[in-house]
Amino acid sequence: MFNYNFRWAQALNSLPRMLEGALVTLEVALLSMVIGIAIAILLTLFRLSGSRILGAIAATWVEIARNTPALFQIYMVHFGLGGFGIHLSPYLSLLIGIAFNNAGYLSENFRGALKGIPDTQTRSARSLGMTPLQAFRHVVMPQMLRISFLPMTNQMVWAILMTSLGTVVAMNTDLYGVTSDLNARTFRTFELFAIAAVIFYLITKTVTLSARLLAARLFRY
Amino acid sequence: MFFDTALSTNDLIFLARGAGMTLIVTAISVFFGTVMGIVFGVFRYQVGPWWAAPLTFVLDIFRSIPLLIQLVLANAFVTTVLGWRVSGFTVACGVLSLYTAAYCAEIVRGGIEAVPPTLRRAARSLGMSWGQDMTSVVMPLAARIALPSWIGLALGVMKDSALVYVVQVVELLKSAQILITRLQEPLFLLIVCGSFYFLISFPIARFGGYLERKWSRD
Amino acid sequence: MIEIENVRKSFGALEVLKGIDLTVAKGEVLTVIGGSGSGKSTLLTCINGLEPIDQGRILVDGTEVHAKSTNLNQLRRRIGIVFQQYNAFPHLTVLENVMLAQRKVLGRPKAEAEAEAVRQLNHVGLGDKLKVYPSRLSGGQQQRMAIARALAMSPDYMLFDEVTSALDPQLVGEVLDTLRLLASEGMTMICVTHEMKFAREVSDRVAFFHQGVMAEIAPPAQLFEAPQNADLRKFLAATH
Repeated sequence: MFNYNFRWAQALNSLPRMLEGALVTLEVALLSMVIGIAIAILLTLFRLSGSRILGAIAATWVEIARNTPALFQIYMVHFGLGGFGIHLSPYLSLLIGIAFNNAGYLSENFRGALKGIPDTQTRSARSLGMTPLQAFRHVVMPQMLRISFLPMTNQMVWAILMTSLGTVVAMNTDLYGVTSDLNARTFRTFELFAIAAVIFYLITKTVTLSARLLAARLFRY
Repeated sequence: MFFDTALSTNDLIFLARGAGMTLIVTAISVFFGTVMGIVFGVFRYQVGPWWAAPLTFVLDIFRSIPLLIQLVLANAFVTTVLGWRVSGFTVACGVLSLYTAAYCAEIVRGGIEAVPPTLRRAARSLGMSWGQDMTSVVMPLAARIALPSWIGLALGVMKDSALVYVVQVVELLKSAQILITRLQEPLFLLIVCGSFYFLISFPIARFGGYLERKWSRD
Repeated sequence: MIEIENVRKSFGALEVLKGIDLTVAKGEVLTVIGGSGSGKSTLLTCINGLEPIDQGRILVDGTEVHAKSTNLNQLRRRIGIVFQQYNAFPHLTVLENVMLAQRKVLGRPKAEAEAEAVRQLNHVGLGDKLKVYPSRLSGGQQQRMAIARALAMSPDYMLFDEVTSALDPQLVGEVLDTLRLLASEGMTMICVTHEMKFAREVSDRVAFFHQGVMAEIAPPAQLFEAPQNADLRKFLAATH
């Protein structure tokens, strides 16, 4: 049917190396989510603070993250900061770039989630003597995170897919980077990237499925 | 000039052509992607989850692996496996269209499902055929529900089109990168390039948000 | 003692409290009645400092609520308030709802907070619902939980803002019973309510608010049997 000789066996020899790359991909994605969620919560607090400056910082962050390509954001971290004499490793550039993107999108999700939580929740927490920060931390935030759980899962999938962009800053230890390197040596482009695609597919499906199971355990109310 | 730059007029034209390429790839992909997305979405809704499972599975793949890999894989398949002589531009538009269609089908299905069934029954009880019901009742309503998400999708495709550099299409970000390598002015060029995306995306995204708020109220 | 002196409060152009003077003694049960928009609910949220006031002052045991130097969070521990909406924290079990502020605000150790929560929940008749999430409770049960949550802070005063207004009629009784119990135990209470029968039974005094003014205040027998104020007579005629 094809004039092309598939060499799956040869490509599959590289599977162990690619799986190592997959671990790095997962690691970057997870770390970027942890950092992203932490910053998104901070940005949400900025918006709630009533301070104009803090509000503007949060809005700027969110709009840049949402209105420019993720690829641009990673470039900016790597080469843009390079312009200021700050030179980051490919790993850090990728991680920070994805975390920046995550934080922007998640902060917007959190804002939507907050609309679903009545003001009276804060009011009654405050009337029990809680400080504004205590009311947020113990009453509002848990509900906000619960409402945002599905968008957070989606963002995690995005983060996994975004790790492939590390190639533009010469990242070569993640799944895409490893595959690229192998390809440069063997030229079995189709076979190698097909295997990488299957691995990516399995990772994202596993993540979505585990998130669903986790949600069922976590949110019993 | 605000920045002291070695950027020449020719370089600016080069950048502008990159920006043009970004817009062309986006426009083509959004157009074909939307058409296919509507077909897939209506089909999925119409035949039910069971019969649509194969289609659902295939479309889901486009949303579960990196676009970069989709492009590389499609390019390798078409040019080396099939041995066709196809330009990177065609591959880029083809992949991005399917990618758009995969997301658009979800939006369309969601939009149709959000149309109250009572309304559809009312239309059918007035003697409308399936086609009439679909085109004059369901679609207009579903379109209104889906439009804000669709705007988000179109902007997403524009941002994601930055990845077509991998099949040798020189769009905006790639042309900036080429200039960066030559001129060694990363910050200025990146800001120019980021501003281009931002200035298109931001107002349109705002408009989409406005529509969503306005329509969710009534 | 709660002393309210010439308190004025506006929302924009609308003046909702037009100079209120009122003193509530320790151990007293005061109910406040009046039509909607009479300013009675606003007064409660002013007493615990949730709303600022424009003029006058409110003293709780000699501490001026709206003074800059007053630590409101500390003051609010002594003044419990329960609202019309039950405001259960949906992500916490009934027990955790009642423990949260004890732990975070009073800094009580876990065991102590839990023991107090169990005690208060038994008190309001929810001893069998400790591990349940609020979504599984009826409105009346949620409102009783809110009362237990406020009581667990060991407040000196309890404010009740139309706590039965959002409830289905058949659930009103159980909440009112809880309030009666508290009154009989000597808790100092201000209850804004539409339940005239309840007001008549439990109050030491009843205050009638009308258009931001306290039009009449008297022991219930006197206020209900021989109302002096014309608006009050109209109000009572309409509610009977």
